[in-house]
Amino acid sequence: MSKSVAGFDWITILIYLLLVGFGWANIYSASLGSGSPIDFFNMDAPYSRQALFIALSIFLIILILSIEAKFYQRFSSVIYATSLLSLAGLFVFGSTIAGQTAWYQIGSVSIQPAEFAKAATALAVAKYLSGIQTNIKDFKHQLRVFLIIALPMILVLLQPDAGSAMVYFSFAFALYREGLHFAYLLLGFFAAILFVATLAFGPLWVIGGILLIAILVYLKNRKRRPNILKYLFFAAVAVGFSLSVNYVFENVFKQHHRDRFNIVLGKEVDSRGIGYNTNQSEIAIGSGGLFGKGWTEGTQTKGHFVPEQHTDYIFSTVGEEWGFLGSTFILALFILLMLRLLYMAERQRSTFNRVYGYGVIGIIFMHFLVNIGMVIGIFPTVGIPLPFLSYGGSGLWAFTILLFIFVKLDSDRMSF
Amino acid sequence: MRKLLLYIIILTTGIIFLARLFYLQIMDDSFAVRSQDNAIEVVYDYPQRGYISDRNGKLMVSNQPSYDVMAIPRNLKPFDTTEFCEILSIDPKELGRRLDKAKIYSPILPSVIIPQLTKSEYAYLQEKMRKYEGFYIQKRSLRDYQVDHSANVLGYIAQVNQKKVNEDPYYISGDLIGRSGVEKVYEELLRGEKGVKYIQKDRFNRDIGPYKDGIYDTLPTKGKDIHITLDAELQAYGEKLMENKRGGIVAIEPASGEILSLVTAPNYDPALLVGRKRSPNYTRLYYDSIAQPLYDRGLLAEYPPGSPFKALTGLIGLQEGVIDTEDRFSCNNGYNYGARRPLGCHAHPSPLDLVPGIANSCNSYFAQVYRKTIEKFPTPQEGIDTWNAHLKSFGLGQFMGNDLSTGRPGKIPDADYYNRIYNYPTYKWYSTATISNAIGQGEVLMTPIQLANMTATIANRGWYYTPHILKAVEGDPIKEEKFTVKNITTVDSKHFDPVVEGMHQVYKNGTARSLQIPGIEIAGKTGTAENFTKIDGKRTQLTDHSIFVAFAPVDNPKIAIAVFVENGYWGSRYAGRIASLMVEKYIKKEITRTDMEDWILSHSLEEEYAKPLSGEPFIINR
Repeated sequence: MSKSVAGFDWITILIYLLLVGFGWANIYSASLGSGSPIDFFNMDAPYSRQALFIALSIFLIILILSIEAKFYQRFSSVIYATSLLSLAGLFVFGSTIAGQTAWYQIGSVSIQPAEFAKAATALAVAKYLSGIQTNIKDFKHQLRVFLIIALPMILVLLQPDAGSAMVYFSFAFALYREGLHFAYLLLGFFAAILFVATLAFGPLWVIGGILLIAILVYLKNRKRRPNILKYLFFAAVAVGFSLSVNYVFENVFKQHHRDRFNIVLGKEVDSRGIGYNTNQSEIAIGSGGLFGKGWTEGTQTKGHFVPEQHTDYIFSTVGEEWGFLGSTFILALFILLMLRLLYMAERQRSTFNRVYGYGVIGIIFMHFLVNIGMVIGIFPTVGIPLPFLSYGGSGLWAFTILLFIFVKLDSDRMSF
Repeated sequence: MRKLLLYIIILTTGIIFLARLFYLQIMDDSFAVRSQDNAIEVVYDYPQRGYISDRNGKLMVSNQPSYDVMAIPRNLKPFDTTEFCEILSIDPKELGRRLDKAKIYSPILPSVIIPQLTKSEYAYLQEKMRKYEGFYIQKRSLRDYQVDHSANVLGYIAQVNQKKVNEDPYYISGDLIGRSGVEKVYEELLRGEKGVKYIQKDRFNRDIGPYKDGIYDTLPTKGKDIHITLDAELQAYGEKLMENKRGGIVAIEPASGEILSLVTAPNYDPALLVGRKRSPNYTRLYYDSIAQPLYDRGLLAEYPPGSPFKALTGLIGLQEGVIDTEDRFSCNNGYNYGARRPLGCHAHPSPLDLVPGIANSCNSYFAQVYRKTIEKFPTPQEGIDTWNAHLKSFGLGQFMGNDLSTGRPGKIPDADYYNRIYNYPTYKWYSTATISNAIGQGEVLMTPIQLANMTATIANRGWYYTPHILKAVEGDPIKEEKFTVKNITTVDSKHFDPVVEGMHQVYKNGTARSLQIPGIEIAGKTGTAENFTKIDGKRTQLTDHSIFVAFAPVDNPKIAIAVFVENGYWGSRYAGRIASLMVEKYIKKEITRTDMEDWILSHSLEEEYAKPLSGEPFIINR
């Protein structure tokens, strides 16, 4: 036993504990009712519930670390299949809250299977890529691994929960690490740029820009007698994409999606209506200054000006009450955690462990990027939680499981 | 490369986030302000403004409650506009305009929608106020004047302007502030401190208790009650004497520098500038560009002082040792100094020495004293500058540093000034070019308060306290060094006695013989000043200004006074009579010479003032 305890990566565990502890302190502050007495045994109060969730997480950690490391690789398919079933089952047994069919209601506890599906998918991807006959450079194998990722993603998208579905793009990092051609990432990157540019400047300017770039590149390479058809093809695809983005944006997206993009792109200023969340969040953070207003002293937090402050907008409480120093501390903890996990992933001897590690990092990074980006007003409003800090049992447990399976795998890396 | 990509992306994201946080939390201050704006409501509690009493404790200004209808645009709910407008007798369109303006000022800060309700409007509206969410009634205190005079001294309060709100965080829109007079100068004493309550609001704008348990909340502090140096009775009498005339009276207690009376005519009832009528009344006074009731002549009007200035010419001559009291100068109905026209004089015995020189106001005598003074020095430049320095020590040619809200420096020319106008050194100039200064004409200009202070300085035989209007705060006499340290002139005390004797002789057997007050030894000096205006661009002479300075009693001066009556002809005609009556009123508290009083009260100069406006030819000095 003492040998295995020493084998766990204590830096990761320490950061985890710091984030969870700090998260609770902020949830406590953000969910203090106006006038209602503080009662830790009142199980309606988010701070009490989160304390319970944290306690249960400790049990989960002990459980995860006690299980034989081989179990996770061996049973990954089963776990993945169970996860898919739980997602599909939502459409039969799930309860609908705020238009999303994303929860199983069991008594007073609601479970959100989409949170756990990310860990299950990470296991499945790792399992598939670690197969001896799998070659990621092979198009057929690429399709299969895309399918593994796409299945839960589509099920989540149908709930509909576009935010959580988006997180599945993060597996691109793991795939790239294992040899997926860079062009896939580049393509994705350009698609994103074109997407944003089309929305920001309108399709006409973007098409003009594409054609201009195509002509310039062609003229530069003229001496090498390039195939003009190739340029026309790429330009046509880009133009087609831009037009379809515009079509999708105008005809498929709902108005509230369009509003969210427009606000981040600065095309709409509406601080009372749809832009309210972002605006209030920026006020709360900005008013924190260098040192913050002090724990439970945030005026914006007390006045509950930021909606969903204890869940998705928890970082705004950090910003207001702990200031620039506190916010920087949290950023630093996350970056340290991700870099530590990267280091750990690279020291794995088994492909399964490494791919899983990259999956974990990708998922945490995606949440970090989208959530904090949203809270500080440089990303559109996409409702996904900040790992370890946001209020919520499913989220906390799912991230705990995700992280500690990797801690367990890492501790067992020498057994191959 | 495959291993590095994620490192780079993670670190880049970290740096971008950090930069954004730095911008939001450190660089951009507006978020802190906006946070205060929407989470904390600030509620003010206005204190009573301090009372103003005169030197004898007579209450001059107190307060009356006033009620403003305020609105916080964000909190407004739809309401019965018709009824609301009917109660307050306001046009619905006007109401809409004011609400729009309030919204532009700030959706979350209160704005005044209807200022200063009448008591009956307030009583009626108060019951209905529940129905108008977002509106509330703010109690303030307005001035209640116990006297109908002294408007120029007391000043007035009005809503603070936007510029001041931006400069001084104490004030918010709708606050009242002293705009002139004592109200302006002693605003910080009189206003007290607003009490303030910070209330934590939630996002539905509901109160959720005091911010930080009220540790920043304060109670209002009442404004301080002050005594001013005016003698209200004397002031009222002065204003009465000046009816139908234009000019100013300044009376000072020489021993203390306290201003006993500061009259400007024409003037107005201070009650005109209170309440809802303030604005139209003010506009009316402001646009009266002929009588200029808002122009404080006692402080602002810069006139040539005329003959009273001769006292200074004599004093400087004695100090510089160019004459002694026995030196006689002859006068042949004027002083011929080589110009085309001699400096004229009137009939009197000749030759004269200093005392009768003053008593008879001999122009030739003082022209020669002045010339000797300037020519004592190798160059006229040095002479003029020495002369200038002596006059500066009497507080002339500069701002006095008093505590009145307005003022002018007057003018005492120096060598630079004459070098400039005569284009020195291309052209040279000599003492004779400035000879009119000797008799208070020429380039010399003084305000009535400077003239009064000069008189007080002579009464004190060589020193003065800077004139001031504040006497005591909450019963404690003021201790400001500025007003309690003597200013000593560069003319030695011993030289004043003959000059004082000369001014005494003015009453005994000089130009003011007819103005003696039974039982009071008084000293004074008449003055007459030529003046001009422009009619259709043509320089036209008007009837002379009537000037008089006096102090009494001669040996223990209680009052020094300067009186200035525009176009009053010669010195003893209007100004002399008024000065004499004022001195008697102040020292005896009663008037024995009712015929003189009747003469002043029944004589008007309105006809004289109408002359240059009539568009017809007119005769002056008659």
